[in-house]
Amino acid sequence: MRGVHKRFGPVVANDGVDLAVAPGEIHCLLGENGAGKSTLMKILYGLYQPDGGEIRVRGRQVRMRGPRDAMALGIGMVHQHFMLVDRMTVAENLIAGIEPVRHGLIDLARAREQVRAIADRYGLRVDPDARVHDLSVGEQQRVEILKALMRNADVLILDEPTAVLTPQEVDELFHVMQQLKADGKTLIFITHKLRETMAFSDRVTVLRAGRNAGTVQTAATNPQELAEMMVGRHVSLRVSRPPQTPGDVLLELEGVSVTDGRGHARLRGVSLTVRSGEILGIAGVEGNGQLELEEAVAGLRPLAGGKVRIGGQEPLRAGPQGRRDLGLAHIPSDRLRRGLAAPLRLTRNGILGRHWRAPFALRGVLREPPIRSHVSQLLERFQIRGRLEAPAGTLSGGNQQKLVVARELAHGPKVILACQPTRGVDVGAIEQIHAQLLKMRSAGAAILLISADLDELMALSDRLAVLYEGRILVEGPAERFTKPELGLWMAGQRPAAAGAEGARNV
Amino acid sequence: MSDAWDVIFQINTLTAALRLATPIALAAMAGTLSERAGIVNIGLEGKLLAGAWAAVYVTYVTGNPWLGVLAAVAAGMLVGLLLGLFAIRLRADHVVAGVGINILLLGLTTWLMQVIWGSRGTSPTVTPLPRWSIPIVRDIPVLEELVGSHAPLVYFTLLAAPLLWVVLFRTPAGLRLRMIGEHPEAADTVGIPVHRTQYLTLLAAGALAALGGAQLALGDLAWFSQNMSAGRGYMALAANVFGQWNPIGSLLAALLFALTDAVQMRIQTLPNPWPTELVQMLPYLLTVLVLSGAVKRSRPPAALGRHYPPDHSAGAP
Repeated sequence: MRGVHKRFGPVVANDGVDLAVAPGEIHCLLGENGAGKSTLMKILYGLYQPDGGEIRVRGRQVRMRGPRDAMALGIGMVHQHFMLVDRMTVAENLIAGIEPVRHGLIDLARAREQVRAIADRYGLRVDPDARVHDLSVGEQQRVEILKALMRNADVLILDEPTAVLTPQEVDELFHVMQQLKADGKTLIFITHKLRETMAFSDRVTVLRAGRNAGTVQTAATNPQELAEMMVGRHVSLRVSRPPQTPGDVLLELEGVSVTDGRGHARLRGVSLTVRSGEILGIAGVEGNGQLELEEAVAGLRPLAGGKVRIGGQEPLRAGPQGRRDLGLAHIPSDRLRRGLAAPLRLTRNGILGRHWRAPFALRGVLREPPIRSHVSQLLERFQIRGRLEAPAGTLSGGNQQKLVVARELAHGPKVILACQPTRGVDVGAIEQIHAQLLKMRSAGAAILLISADLDELMALSDRLAVLYEGRILVEGPAERFTKPELGLWMAGQRPAAAGAEGARNV
Repeated sequence: MSDAWDVIFQINTLTAALRLATPIALAAMAGTLSERAGIVNIGLEGKLLAGAWAAVYVTYVTGNPWLGVLAAVAAGMLVGLLLGLFAIRLRADHVVAGVGINILLLGLTTWLMQVIWGSRGTSPTVTPLPRWSIPIVRDIPVLEELVGSHAPLVYFTLLAAPLLWVVLFRTPAGLRLRMIGEHPEAADTVGIPVHRTQYLTLLAAGALAALGGAQLALGDLAWFSQNMSAGRGYMALAANVFGQWNPIGSLLAALLFALTDAVQMRIQTLPNPWPTELVQMLPYLLTVLVLSGAVKRSRPPAALGRHYPPDHSAGAP
């Protein structure tokens, strides 16, 4: 690809990008969110038409009018948000558009054979008759990869394939990628994670603000250099967490139980305390009660049993407002579902939760000047790129998340419930969000950090607890745990060597 | 009481139900088709009217009811295209576009009647469709009474339901269409043309629903009257939901509604203490009850009513 340009209205997504991928390599496309990685790949896959530049495949200049053209040239794409129909079977998803036909009808027997043949060849085992909604995320991704392979892809674009996977599934994906490479496939791997770039790729091209910031051999670079190419300035990859003696207990959970809509227990008697100036990290494989713990603390779900105390007090009112009145700030795990109202302007999203209070409202009517000055302060302090009048949904993921964090931390909370605070955001934003959380810790806030990112948990937490099937399996000072041990605890197993001795087993 | 039973449940009640079900079933199958492709089809009522009017007008001019049926198909496709223009091209809300089409066609057909025939109420009588009896069936006593002699579109409907089922669930075209209704992005990324498929589906659905209108005007009766669809398009929509977005389910649900209608007509002929209006309400009441019960259990196509590409896409990812 040479000199590729693409703009969306006033936004320039690709500004003369060059990219050369050699056959048989794993080429990493690294960049922050909004750097133009996905746009560039969607152009290569024919989903977007470039405004300028040229694409050559095997030396021949081509014009892609749609995915069909790309597929005909042997280019396949595994999308970040899986392009699978939940309700259909694996086979139906795989053959759509290239159905084997007999007497005018779909030949399901042959479809199953085709699926099995390709699946066996690459060790991507899936049941062709399973419905997609019954598959795990990792299995669904396998189906996505198979979909490209069934269309005879030689060049496979993987758009942030690890964003949704557990650490174990990431390892499996890595094996699959090695196997594909051994079979002569070329892989383009989009990510914003440095660790994966270093582990998976042969070469790296870094995109920054829609431009090519350089292509390097992976073996000849290091994470620090890549991070600086990505962000364009010096970034510190290591968080410094100054030692600090915790103060009074500010958040206390006593035997908290929660059931889901069908009456199944999702949290079974969880007891935790977080002190002033302390970060308690909750580790666990997704689906073991993290969401329920978040909702229980935030007041979004009624407790089936137990108590939540904030600053030593039980909330007078049920629901989120009762908790907020006691000084709770909540960074929700899903920013688009709970953190923001995507169609509303920044000036509205920046005050949500306090919009009915002075100075933002007076006698039930919103007052624009104090709102504007407050929100522009937030934007400035957190370096959020966006206009005050823009709908929050038009911001990049990193900027959306910074807006949520800025809003929640703006009023000196006593207790911070931080759930997946850096999920899907870029290195620059991660650095800022981590720094802000640590600043709040220094200021004496108690922070409950629920995260799927082990590196984040280990870097920020003073203490760690592992949530498994709705129970706290183990809890202890963060430095007592190693990463492999944590992985075993998360899988519900006790590490053989009692490495976490002194940790409290519950 | 046993006399009343005999009156209500005689074989010709079933025969009437089959006849009454046909326009609803055709429209319901049209709804199934377009909704499986992701387009909400509130406009069925308008398509019934368009079909009925075009069928009568062309029969009136040419004297040939078969040309009337062809005209109905053309009119239905035209209305389908109009819905496509609003819902796909101009990205209007599907429900609003459909309601707009219903109002437009109610007004348009009434006005055209006034202009052409000088009356807003009813058109002149035209040649109706012939009745067909099926050779072997007509020699079997009970079946003869039940399906013995109907307008051709009744038989067409009974054949169309299983045929459409095969198309939807067993052919490549059906798989692609359903994929668009569930997840248009997925369809697009494997090279299935989303909008083109939706337009083609709307053309087919328009034709089907308009055939229902033709049956109403030329099969049951032999004229057009103002608002002669009388809510059948909405009942069809309900039948489609009750039938779980399945052509055979749509047909069966339409038959159930029509049976209630036929029973209701029989009750009216009997001495009974209830006001006529209450009795006439039965099929509509059933529609409401069925919908409130069925909607909970059913899952519409996941992308039903959504525009593609999505409305709130932030542009650059």
